[in-house]
Amino acid sequence: MSEPLNSGTDSHSYSTLKALKKKHLGASVSALQRLAEQLKLEAGVERIKVSQAAAELQQYCMQNACKEALLVGVPARSNPFREPRSCALL
Amino acid sequence: MCDQTFLVNVFGSCDKCFKQRALRPVFKKSQQLSYCSLCAEIMATDGLHENETLASLKSEAESLKGKLEEERAKLHDVELHQVAERVEALGQFVMKTRRTLKGHGNKVLCMDWCKDKRRIVSSSQDGKVIVWDSFTTNKEHAVTMPCTWVMACAYAPSGCAIACGGLDNKCSVYPLTFDKNENMAAKKKSVAMHTNYLSACSFTNSDMQILTASGDGTCALWDVESGQLLQSFHGHGADVLCLDLAPSETGNTFVSGGCDKKAMVWDMRSGQCVQAFETHESDINSVRYYPSGDAFASGSDDATCRLYDLRADREVAIYSKESIIFGASSVDFSLSGRLLFAGYNDYTINVWDVLKGSRVSILFGHENRVSTLRVSPDGTAFCSGSWDHTLRVWA
Repeated sequence: MSEPLNSGTDSHSYSTLKALKKKHLGASVSALQRLAEQLKLEAGVERIKVSQAAAELQQYCMQNACKEALLVGVPARSNPFREPRSCALL
Repeated sequence: MCDQTFLVNVFGSCDKCFKQRALRPVFKKSQQLSYCSLCAEIMATDGLHENETLASLKSEAESLKGKLEEERAKLHDVELHQVAERVEALGQFVMKTRRTLKGHGNKVLCMDWCKDKRRIVSSSQDGKVIVWDSFTTNKEHAVTMPCTWVMACAYAPSGCAIACGGLDNKCSVYPLTFDKNENMAAKKKSVAMHTNYLSACSFTNSDMQILTASGDGTCALWDVESGQLLQSFHGHGADVLCLDLAPSETGNTFVSGGCDKKAMVWDMRSGQCVQAFETHESDINSVRYYPSGDAFASGSDDATCRLYDLRADREVAIYSKESIIFGASSVDFSLSGRLLFAGYNDYTINVWDVLKGSRVSILFGHENRVSTLRVSPDGTAFCSGSWDHTLRVWA
């Protein structure tokens, strides 16, 4: 395992890897190491309390509710989809 | 396992053995290098001590997962609907189909609005991509793709181009021209190349970059002009089905959802996954950011929609009912974020009160699965596409 990967032939490299793999059957070692690194990264994320997060979501809703055409009920004229379409029978 | 099926899009000289191989990104002391898969495996095993085995690595991963859940649970002091108890309930909700867009010959799979709040692009299983004027229901452009199942389509921010792709494993950009003599297909530009189907695509803030998601388990950011891969995002354990970019004010992140039941939030510059959520019980078909950018919603085959808050780093609401047993295929928020529209495989659209967690309304009309749903840029209407070959605009 401490053999350096020098400019040997491809078959040498592959037999080295096969020897290593015999020790570690099944799932790839590098994948698990990557997973462990990723989990450590995610654990370090800064978090706030749900109560605070929820309050801010609610505040955003309330602040923007007046702009919400679907809730406020904009008069038919200003919603282009609701305005009556004229029948062209020409 | 799944790792072995992902071919990397980058091919070049390995940083360790200098041979010309397919390369994957490797992090050594927070520096990103590109190793061929052979050197990556050897590097991984080099780092192991004699006593370390695969089993110990697996148990380390399990205990880290447990610790992460513990950290998240510590801050779970209240539920969203409890905080929203004092908010006024929504009144009677009346929405009807105001326009029906007919013209596709087969299932409608995807649609997107133009920033002008009027034009819509939609794509279908029969390979056709159509641009509609939703006010008049006229078709303005139509192009036939060389493949069937065009699962993704997007309108460019300028309104001058559209992007689409599907079983051809590519994302192609078509400039829109009003010149009747020009054949749209002639100016087609192939931008993205994946090793499996394209499931979703979206322009970033400009016409110059496109973000794609694919059945090969990766997402990627491309430069439209040169077709060059700018960044790739590896981490999903199965097909990626959907993605959504954060609203521009909040920065360079996007969220993706996949068949591995995970929703992952990515940093576009580094290619790193910054947060991951795994509470769904089946494939995540659709993800959409809350208008403020602090949260996102997901719709899944497990018949639920969920809201995840990014700053609390956890799921904060579930939108489900015992009577809803079919998967949710697409979700979108209303302008203020108070309403969540979700299209389901039982042909209906449910409208949820995001804060209180209750269903406000159920909309009938489609005669087959609702496959795609987007609210218009100014929030005055939303459009749904279905396997019944039509699109409906509701207001």
